[in-house]
Amino acid sequence: MSIKTGVPLLLSGNEAVAYGALAAGAKFYGGYPITPSTEIAEVMAAELPRIGGKFIQMEDEIASLGAVIGASIAGLKSFTATSGPGFSLMQEHIGFAAMAEVPCVIVDVMRGGPSTGLPTKTSQSDVMQAKYGSHGDYPSIAIAPSSVMECFTLTVKAFNLSEKYRIPVIILSDEIVGHMREKVILPGPDEIEVIDRMQPEVPPEWYQHYADTITGVSPMANFGEGYRFHITGLTHDVSGFPTERSDETTALLEKFRNKENHNTHDLLMVDEFCMEDADFCIVAYGSVGRSARQAVKMLRQEGVKAGMIRPQILWPFPKFPVENMLERVSHVLVPEMNVGQLRKEVERLACMPRGMIQGLNVLDPSFITAEQIHDKAMEMISKQK
Amino acid sequence: MVPNQQLLSKSPAVHNWLRVKKKFPHLWCPGCGDGIVLSSAILALDSLEYDKNDVVMVSGIGCAGRIPVYVDCNTLHTTHGRALTFATGIKLAKPHLKVMVFMGDGDALAIGGNHYIHAARRNIDLTVVVVNNNIYGMTGGQVSPTTPLSMKATTAIYGCIEQPFDPCELARSAGATFVARSTVYHVRHTEDMIRKGLEHKGFSLIEIISNCHTSYGRMNKLGDHITMIKHMRDNSVMIGPQLDQEKAQAEGKYILGVLHQDTSRPELCELYEEINKRGGTQ
Ligand SMILES: Cc1ncc(C[n+]2csc(CCOP(=O)(O)OP(=O)(O)O)c2C)c(N)n1
Ligand code: SF4
Repeated sequence: MSIKTGVPLLLSGNEAVAYGALAAGAKFYGGYPITPSTEIAEVMAAELPRIGGKFIQMEDEIASLGAVIGASIAGLKSFTATSGPGFSLMQEHIGFAAMAEVPCVIVDVMRGGPSTGLPTKTSQSDVMQAKYGSHGDYPSIAIAPSSVMECFTLTVKAFNLSEKYRIPVIILSDEIVGHMREKVILPGPDEIEVIDRMQPEVPPEWYQHYADTITGVSPMANFGEGYRFHITGLTHDVSGFPTERSDETTALLEKFRNKENHNTHDLLMVDEFCMEDADFCIVAYGSVGRSARQAVKMLRQEGVKAGMIRPQILWPFPKFPVENMLERVSHVLVPEMNVGQLRKEVERLACMPRGMIQGLNVLDPSFITAEQIHDKAMEMISKQK
Repeated sequence: MVPNQQLLSKSPAVHNWLRVKKKFPHLWCPGCGDGIVLSSAILALDSLEYDKNDVVMVSGIGCAGRIPVYVDCNTLHTTHGRALTFATGIKLAKPHLKVMVFMGDGDALAIGGNHYIHAARRNIDLTVVVVNNNIYGMTGGQVSPTTPLSMKATTAIYGCIEQPFDPCELARSAGATFVARSTVYHVRHTEDMIRKGLEHKGFSLIEIISNCHTSYGRMNKLGDHITMIKHMRDNSVMIGPQLDQEKAQAEGKYILGVLHQDTSRPELCELYEEINKRGGTQ
């Protein structure tokens, strides 16, 4: 890495994502330029050739993720970055990576949509697309950083989870997080945990690319290393060949589901702020998490026992902490820069009276401020009285 | 069809390269040209004495896209039209691997048309075999970008009114540095063209004219697979100094052989290695 560690730096969120990827061991980037994500490509175009890695600008986002998956199959840690319109195009290959269990990381720096939308303005409207964007039932991991430092640390986390579980991992950043600059001190290589995909220990004749294991994750050989096997987007058996046998097709989909269900603890990452005695909870993520934290402080000064739950891993949804919170508080506010995508997820877990869970849904391209969250909270409380 | 054991013992190359126990019977209609392309590719690889561990076969979706699954090497069956994008990633990641790509005409030129021209433009060292049967075989006979004018398809029942692509011309003008054509009648020649493509450093396109008697043949009353393959025999000419190409084209003949080769243009991965060696300095 040509950037200094251990000293204060002024970095943007997008730059921090790029350096986080390098710290995690990324050696391949394939992408297509799109605001507000392009700085990530530009850093990788400069940095990767220096360390023997490869950067390529592909002809579109479908091609970008195709190349990323190809490079990962050949053994390189690979990723791409995009925004709404490109993220839509990538859905085909997100499904392929999930189906073929190929580790890779996709950064979506969210901007206003639908369609070309608001290229330079922030939004959080891809939350559900990150979970359900591709067809079929597949497991999803999505991570939402809210500061420049988190852009670095959570990108390392994204690569680690992707390699550990052989799964595409989505980083849901947004225009504000991506473009804002903050002072950060990056950790050195020995302060970072880096996880690599598990390699097979059996001889090639015994190797099964999708072997059934206790952990539910199969060791993964790379192309060109003596293990000759087949990979397909068709429903396949443990050795990778297409199958329509109902026991095998069911087992495959069960395996995908268990990646989430059997690892809920490992896939849980939430930032809880002032939640110990909270009676009013704000659930916020990404850049809005910053305003929410400030709003909690303002509310506390006025005697409201406010707290915040901020999922850093958004998908799988942090069911247990949210359920636990719902039993304790009397109000929940979910401020989001969309029509209420994550609020619905909170509501699904709740059996609270109507109106106790509300959203603050800012659809104009300006940011949600702490004052807005504070005022909405006060309104909810006063109405109840 | 299960491979004939006698034939297998006569051809150690085929035996050596096929996943005989795992993958047969194959899924193609009896008489489909895809099997001929498969055997020609294997014979070409074997004659070059490549290590199976170093060979990667990538394909898209369609009948032709099923060619790699039968071969005992690194095989990747991707999404419809996108095989070249995956192949690009693999080749850049491990440039020493021999990467072949198999696609049908719809796969390569309709949904994959954009990837086709850009991979050719980059001159990345991929050996690309387009099996051109003028139709969408797998989905039951819909019109393709190579269906000739006035020919019928289930989605062009009054005859095709769209001008077809010539896969060779398209690849050449996009920047491919090796372009060749053969037919499934010309089995040895097909093998030879694939071999030459494999030996060429750069983007190699080999178009193999093939038969889909099940859909295209039936809809257009072209007869069974043998009749269709005989038609290839009777309507092909080899390229050479003597050949009047314009006349041959006007007569609707298939012009076979190496149509274009340029060894002067550097290959993408080689250029990249140089940048890597310089450590990214300018
Ligand atoms: C995105 C997508 N669109 C459509 C299909 C359906 N489909 C499968 S194969 C095929 C066409 C195959 O025709 P061709 O590429 O000419 O190959 P052939 O079967 O003739 O060898 C289509 C349209 C698909 N699998 N994926
Ligand atoms: S449908 Fe056509 S292309 Fe497909 S296997 Fe049958 S003959 Fe071959």
